Amino acid sequence: MKSSIEIVEPAVNLQLALEHGLTEEEYEKILDILGRVPTYTELGIYSVMWSEHCSYKNSIAVLKTLPRIGGKLLVEAGEENAGLVDIGDNLAVAFKIESHNHPSAVEPYQGAATGVGGIMRDVFTMGARPVACLNSLRFGDISDARVQYLFKNVVRGIGDYGNSFGVPTVGGEVYFERCYRDNPLVNAMAVGVVKHGEVARAVAAGVGNPVLIVGSATGRDGIHGATFASEEISNRSEAKRPSVQVGDPFTEKLLLEATLEAIKTGYVVGIQDMGAAGLTCSSAEMSARGTVGMDLHLDGIPIRELEMSSYEIMLSESQERMLVIAQHEHEQKVINIFKKWDLPAVVIGHVKDGPLVSVYHNGELKAEVPAPSLVLGEGAPVYIREEREPQYLKRIRSFNPGSLSAPKNYGKILRELLSRPNIGSKRWVYEQYDSMVRTNSVSVAGGDAAVIRIKGTRKAISLSTDCNSRYVYLNPRRGAQIAVAESARNVVCTGASPVGITNCLNFGNPYDPEVYWQFREAVAGIGDACRVLGTPVTGGNVSFYNESPEHAVFPTPVIGMVGLIEDAQLVMTIPFKRSGDVIILIGINKGEIGGSEYLMTRVGDVLGDAPELDLVREKAVDDLCLQLIRQGLIASAHDVSEGGIGVCLAECCISAENGTGAYINESVFSGMRKDFWLFGESQSMVVVSCRKSVAARIEEMAGRANVPLQILGRTTDDGLITIEGSLRESVDELTNAYEKAMTAVMGESASSGLFSSTNTT
Amino acid sequence: MPKLKFGIIVFPGSNCDHDAHYAAGTIMGQDARFIWHKDSSLGDVDVVIIPGGFSYGDYLRCGAIARFSPIMKDVVRFAGMGGTVLGICNGFQILTEAGLLPGTLLRNASLKFVCKDVFLKVENSDTRFTGACKAGGVLRIPIAHGDGNYFADAETRARLEENGHIVFRYCSPGGEITAEANPNGSQGNIAGIVNEAGNVLGMMPHPERACDPILGNTDGQRIFKSVMGSFVIQEVVHNLS
Repeated sequence: MKSSIEIVEPAVNLQLALEHGLTEEEYEKILDILGRVPTYTELGIYSVMWSEHCSYKNSIAVLKTLPRIGGKLLVEAGEENAGLVDIGDNLAVAFKIESHNHPSAVEPYQGAATGVGGIMRDVFTMGARPVACLNSLRFGDISDARVQYLFKNVVRGIGDYGNSFGVPTVGGEVYFERCYRDNPLVNAMAVGVVKHGEVARAVAAGVGNPVLIVGSATGRDGIHGATFASEEISNRSEAKRPSVQVGDPFTEKLLLEATLEAIKTGYVVGIQDMGAAGLTCSSAEMSARGTVGMDLHLDGIPIRELEMSSYEIMLSESQERMLVIAQHEHEQKVINIFKKWDLPAVVIGHVKDGPLVSVYHNGELKAEVPAPSLVLGEGAPVYIREEREPQYLKRIRSFNPGSLSAPKNYGKILRELLSRPNIGSKRWVYEQYDSMVRTNSVSVAGGDAAVIRIKGTRKAISLSTDCNSRYVYLNPRRGAQIAVAESARNVVCTGASPVGITNCLNFGNPYDPEVYWQFREAVAGIGDACRVLGTPVTGGNVSFYNESPEHAVFPTPVIGMVGLIEDAQLVMTIPFKRSGDVIILIGINKGEIGGSEYLMTRVGDVLGDAPELDLVREKAVDDLCLQLIRQGLIASAHDVSEGGIGVCLAECCISAENGTGAYINESVFSGMRKDFWLFGESQSMVVVSCRKSVAARIEEMAGRANVPLQILGRTTDDGLITIEGSLRESVDELTNAYEKAMTAVMGESASSGLFSSTNTT
Repeated sequence: MPKLKFGIIVFPGSNCDHDAHYAAGTIMGQDARFIWHKDSSLGDVDVVIIPGGFSYGDYLRCGAIARFSPIMKDVVRFAGMGGTVLGICNGFQILTEAGLLPGTLLRNASLKFVCKDVFLKVENSDTRFTGACKAGGVLRIPIAHGDGNYFADAETRARLEENGHIVFRYCSPGGEITAEANPNGSQGNIAGIVNEAGNVLGMMPHPERACDPILGNTDGQRIFKSVMGSFVIQEVVHNLS
């Protein structure tokens, strides 16, 4: 032992393995693989690689049922750091969504910040320059002080990291629901653009090629972060705060520039981000993909704390680091680029024949394990768990919508819905994010989807994240179908053809048969929808164990959708454009209130069944909308979602910001209960507006496409939303309610002039 | 007239460097080039842009470390010779740290980062950065900063006011200077100032983000056009003399 302080390693036995979160069966399997008792470092390596977070051991069998090839997909899901779809012009889009729920629950600022950092690295390790970031966030009831603390700091963490890093945060979603009180969901999606010839791969290859560690020095932060993410949140979780990594967006920015520059030289054979399970995971996965081995010498690794053991170095989740395989004899050129950006880049080993990853430290062999035995899809355990249809479904499905009394004042309900944080303006959030840097943001913040143009082409991409977890809770299969359908509809409403999805599957404990049933059903639903809508799954992330002592969170499969717009001049937006236009509903309103925000305001509970969804009809609605947009026939388009047609119409007027109102004919109800028609959340509906002269043509096109359509009324210049015989509300007042939804609780938005005189002299 | 040569300084952590390059080069059709912060010479440039971003992560204090980068010596020399220097956002912060502009930028009064379109009143259209703007006119330009709260001591501020060195103020869409229109708590709604000689401008808003028609706003082009126009005038003066 060369180090000055001797590090005493505990003896490895079953007890220690159990403390590492491994099962007895898994420990036996390790003994089998190695033919001996593992060293302490090896035990650490297996425990993180076989944790749920890295191995997907309880999900991979189900995930394999998803459509993971076809369409414009360039790499199969899971093959690389992120998904990749072709967008023509010799360009591809790399994108992925990932969760950082558990870290954010105990240390919201750093948890959220490093979530953004991690997903960005996944994208730029592929050689893609990140062009946009989105976030899908869920918290408990916003009136709860602890929820406000989590919410405020998660938003600040996302902002501080993304703003400094220089990638616009362009969209996403924020929901508040009691079930997320102790276990918020923080999912971040990153999107990048890469030229076809410049895609980097996460593969080790070429025996003798040097292995480099680049970026930040390695510290003790985040050790066993992956294991932490694989257990439930409890009162012990606070003690896991040291498992949360600390982010440094400045170093990540340098790493981005240096990495892209290095990849362009052509001397980078393979590169992988060090995220969960750090050096262990990157070295094992790269070796396994390339069917090679690696010798790693830990002594050369820049460390930020004294006397780190091999166990700690292998398991550290210090951020802003990469593992790079360079071409033999050209490594200096790669190193020089990182030096230019003031980043350490050190050769720590080389690629070798055979499957073994061998770890040396202080002149001793500390670990030697076959790489395939560690990674998912190969040696890592695969489980299919017991499942059972949840008990709660009987109770909630027995709800009879007819039992709800008819309201007296529809205008009051509309105002109330607009002032709910789940529906109202998210300005308080998005003004804290730089949504414009890189000057590609054609339409962001407040649209159905964010539109980012692609410089050097006529094209744009449209991005959306979506999941109404109430629907998934009520009906996991259909709810998940709806999540995909709505994300597709959202990009369609901007004029984009949906091309592919990434998903972030947030569920409870998979060892609970009811949770596992929800999971399997939801994945099946995603598969159903993706097959019909032609959007393959490019990859994503599973986050289990989202529970607090009382209950699991609602099953929340968040869908990140990418759509392609061939001509960025034809981007469609939500606001009504002028008075006198015809307002048309594309699709059919069934007045379903199950799981709706309206029902929540009335009974304070999530009840009933998810709205019906006919995927073939959905596709027809989407296709018709795209035709209308591309032929320049409509002036606005807005997807109907939470709050129903009532809220949808209000948003079309509010966003117009010029007093444009709407007049809706009484005939639209055709016998349906007015509150159900106005606030029900039926699927596959889009509200569009057009000039009078083309309305007949649109009707004819819908007829040919076999898509139902209803003329609702017309836009006005009286600043009022009038629903004949039901409500008459001033758009200004509705705007007021909408804008205050969040600030009423969280305080004024970032730019409010109310702060202005504090230091005027 | 030949193309102007815009040199855009790249510090570690600059993140609006590409945007400035795109605006000056691709949109305005000028010659744009990056200048690495470790270089000691600006080379042959007509205009220096110090772009927005988070140079050195804004660690310690915005702009405090960047001012020590090797290139800054030459920027100071260039400015001293009357060269045109435009500092945007973090660039403005760096210029105050480097002593090329008076005052400082404090944390926003809301203590939050803020990104949105704001309106700017052109208080002085007689500078080389605003010659193409209408005096008293209003521009819509986005901001994106956490530290844009302009502060100077009373004497400095009085001097700025008297000499017309306050170039832009945050205003309402109609051009009124109101507390509501002030997004960050800046004294006197100050959004941009020039130095005594009038050749160095610092502004928190991002004109380079408001140049490309596809993004729906081209008010930022006014600043670039003004700078380009000032060189035409210089050339005319030069030819006449």
